[in-house]
Amino acid sequence: MKSKKQFVERLVHGVFLLLGLITVGCVLLITIYLVISGLPAIREIGLVDFLFGKTWKSTAAEPSFGILPFILTSIYSTAGAILLGVPIGFFTAVYLSKLAPAAVKTAVSSAVSLLAGIPSVVYGLVGMLVLVPGIRNVFDVPDGASMLAATIVLAVMILPSIIKVSITSLDAVPKEYEDASLALGATPVETYFRVSVPAAKSGIAAAVVLGVGRAIGEAMAVMMVSGNAPNMPSLFESVRFLTTAVASEMSYSRGLQRQALFSIALVLFLFIMLINAALNFFLKRDKEKG
Amino acid sequence: MRALMALSTAFTCGLALFLLIYVLAKGLPNITWNLLSTKPSYLTGNIGILPDILNTVYIILATLVIVIPLGAGAAVYLTEYAQNKKLVSVIEYAAETLSGIPSILYGLIGMLFFCQFFGLSTSLLAGALTLVIMNLPTVMRTTQESLKTVPQSYREGAFGLGAGKWRVIRTVVLPGCIDGVITGCILSVGRILGESAALLFTAGFAHALNGFFDGLGSAGASLTVALYIYVKEQGEFQVGFAIAAILMLLTLLVDLLAALTRRYFQKRRSQ
Repeated sequence: MKSKKQFVERLVHGVFLLLGLITVGCVLLITIYLVISGLPAIREIGLVDFLFGKTWKSTAAEPSFGILPFILTSIYSTAGAILLGVPIGFFTAVYLSKLAPAAVKTAVSSAVSLLAGIPSVVYGLVGMLVLVPGIRNVFDVPDGASMLAATIVLAVMILPSIIKVSITSLDAVPKEYEDASLALGATPVETYFRVSVPAAKSGIAAAVVLGVGRAIGEAMAVMMVSGNAPNMPSLFESVRFLTTAVASEMSYSRGLQRQALFSIALVLFLFIMLINAALNFFLKRDKEKG
Repeated sequence: MRALMALSTAFTCGLALFLLIYVLAKGLPNITWNLLSTKPSYLTGNIGILPDILNTVYIILATLVIVIPLGAGAAVYLTEYAQNKKLVSVIEYAAETLSGIPSILYGLIGMLFFCQFFGLSTSLLAGALTLVIMNLPTVMRTTQESLKTVPQSYREGAFGLGAGKWRVIRTVVLPGCIDGVITGCILSVGRILGESAALLFTAGFAHALNGFFDGLGSAGASLTVALYIYVKEQGEFQVGFAIAAILMLLTLLVDLLAALTRRYFQKRRSQ
């Protein structure tokens, strides 16, 4: 009787251990699959030609597979989205965390979660019908589907993550810091920007890094507004991202072209792993301080 | 500074309001009973999104049925069994990595692994399995958080009465994690509703009308994928906005449900 009970206990322990290890298994699976399927094309094309080649003609008679335009477009657009989105997100977060009356805070918070919940295809749809014609008219360019449109859409899409993560770390700043500053005669606004924000800076850095990750990984919304031609990046030019390069040719790709798409995915994955490492670094530092 | 803050906040709010009103105003008039209750036909030129609605429901159901035991089990292991600190941090790091991977990469892996390696071909089941991996960290995290609120004394009391570990988990721990599981479900539903890139290559974009089990085995577009196809490939903006309006309303509903359950469980816990 006793041994049967022990057996059951051990069995259950084993089952739960297995369930616990599933996430690790998934990460390994994803990494191994991307590396195995991504390497052959890189080997065939040559790492330098692949990463720094400026032309992408995957279906031409003499195909060339250079993904520099995609890499640069992804980096420039993400940087642009951060430049536009972070200041707005940052000021909103400070206001909501420190100054806003409770009613305003609840109202704006639900607006932020709405922004976070809107599907990316809806952002793409609105971008197609509002931003793209808007850019065409305002800047007088032949087609508004451009890197600028994609950058603006990305800036809007990263806004909620930046606001949420920043608020969490601003809320965690010890009240004593602020009280001390206020007691010394600093105004509330001085206190929040000179005391609270520096105290929460790791968390805010984490928010920015999270935004970078979101922006670089977004596919559907930018696919709908960026025009999708493999040009070198330029603000009013139709461009293609690392993500959209994979998405747009996957359904009809063959042979080396298909393998090259997997290699693009591998490059994107490496970017994401770098960003994840940075995110973890900042989050850990934030936790240690708090 | 104050003005800048007020301006930024107003901008954020205005943006959300603009998107909501714009999409609803353009979409709601296009939602007709015919659109909701028929399937598209090339012969008559009819466009209906009933298959896409059903596909979305099927994918959500299939994903939740698989992800809940996996995610909750992993959380139970982490909070109740795991003794090795290193293993715990490896598992948690893996979960964080999973939540950072963009959906387009999930789509690719899902296509390679479930569709080709497992031979499921392009089907709703392959899409659901892909979404399981995506939502695993969410369910795991919410369950873990709710398990942490189960008082240690409950467990000790049960052990003191002579219960074995499995019995304590079954009778004391698992009932305590229900709120975490429900929160995880709601968050996952929100994410699945909005997902498109991961489904495009795994679940495909057919519009056939199927029952649940036939549906899982065959290809089908979810609402988001259908929106993308109608707008980008066929230029049907009216249908696109109708779907967008439906998605918007569902997003609002999910947000509301999440807020309500959070409040409900907080109240119950403080009693």
